[in-house]
Amino acid sequence: MSQKVLLNAKEVNIILHRLACQLIENHNDFSNTVLIGLQPRGKYLANRLATMLKEDYKIKNIQLGHLDITFFRDDFRRGEKILEANTTEINFIVENKNIVFIDDVLYTGRSIRAALTAIQSFGRPNEIELLTLIDRRFSRHLPIQPNYRGRQVDAINEEKVKVNWAENEGEDSVYLINN
Amino acid sequence: MSELSVNHLLGIKYLNKKDIQLIFETADHFKEVINRPIKKVPSLRDITIANLFFENSTRTKLSFELAEKRLSADVINFSASQSSVKKGETLIDTVNNILSMKVDMVVMRHPNPGAGVFLSQHVDASIINAGDGAHEHPTQALLDSYSIRERLGEVRGKNVVIVGDVLHSRVALSNIYALQLQGANVMVCGPKTLLPKYIKDLGVKVETNLRKALNWCDVANMLRVQNERMDISYFPSTREYTQQYGVNKALLNSLDKKITIMHPGPINRGVEITSDVADSDQAIILDQVQNGVAIRMAVIYLLASKIKH
Repeated sequence: MSQKVLLNAKEVNIILHRLACQLIENHNDFSNTVLIGLQPRGKYLANRLATMLKEDYKIKNIQLGHLDITFFRDDFRRGEKILEANTTEINFIVENKNIVFIDDVLYTGRSIRAALTAIQSFGRPNEIELLTLIDRRFSRHLPIQPNYRGRQVDAINEEKVKVNWAENEGEDSVYLINN
Repeated sequence: MSELSVNHLLGIKYLNKKDIQLIFETADHFKEVINRPIKKVPSLRDITIANLFFENSTRTKLSFELAEKRLSADVINFSASQSSVKKGETLIDTVNNILSMKVDMVVMRHPNPGAGVFLSQHVDASIINAGDGAHEHPTQALLDSYSIRERLGEVRGKNVVIVGDVLHSRVALSNIYALQLQGANVMVCGPKTLLPKYIKDLGVKVETNLRKALNWCDVANMLRVQNERMDISYFPSTREYTQQYGVNKALLNSLDKKITIMHPGPINRGVEITSDVADSDQAIILDQVQNGVAIRMAVIYLLASKIKH
């Protein structure tokens, strides 16, 4: 197994600030916007961005939720892996809100497809955008593209992109892992 | 990755501690789902489930059907009173006929103990026992423990007394297995005629004095007196039963601590418990019903995930 550093802590930090600024550019004071981190790995990025928007950019009204898509996935009973659910924490109705889905890596697009269905349980949003830290090009199974992307990566299918977070893995970094 | 150790839910007897834990954790997620504005998830859209009820049921049947529909499964219902069973068809034939319509899972209630086990050995589908005679009613025991866990934080170390008609109760046996598996202390309390002779062999305490039992316990699970299963007289009169084994508000208030009251339903109001007890904040009877849907969703989901595509 070999691995290559795609982004180090400093680069991750610069990208997060850029993404936060891009969000502010489109959503102003976030009064009608909600951030939804996709479980399991998107929540770290969502938490980080929400904290950054509040503390560094002094935006007061950040509504943040976490959405689990397990029961909406299209591969139930189709793989060896048993699908394990995570917690959904959305304590608000998304009716007429502008939603930003936040996930760490965009790969086939199937998780996003599931999330688009899952979020409907909480109302009919006005619009939904997608923010991802890593966009794996050329590997999409569905016509889904991010509105905000941290870094575009060309990786072949056997390779894996792993995003680490300081609060979880001890450091902010992104690795390309080749098995 | 965790999965159930069994392919059917025939009784608590066949489960281990980890299975129960997995079912509870999965039910937590479904409980969140059924409190959403839109309460449905598409997981089981390619699964068909037959509900076979060879014995009357209201809440269990409704609860299973709702759980199946919340998971987007296709559901067919069957009750013995309107079927060819009356014309002499055997259980295996009935079920195989239904399965030939491409059914993946069977939820069955049957008056004969062991009907679920028998069926699981002869047909190719995942079987959930929704009550077999006076034997087991596993989903009820799971939802009872889940409700205790929700109210008191955990089941381990809690004192639970099962009061009343233990002899005719499938809820009692499943509850004893489930509670003991999770480390609770279990007592049964009732008139001697309604306690099975060898119940002590299950490792439960036996008490015939209700006040003593209630003073010992954290939770009292009040069973219904199953008049329909009583072919002989087990106690002199309903009035006398109520005097000895009925719980009323005065009795509850006279205890040293505030205990939790459960009832698997349907309640005979004024017999096992009075209305003011059933409707008090000590009773979690309606929580049990709500948790029933989440628990059944969890069981169905976990069993369905083991059906090969």
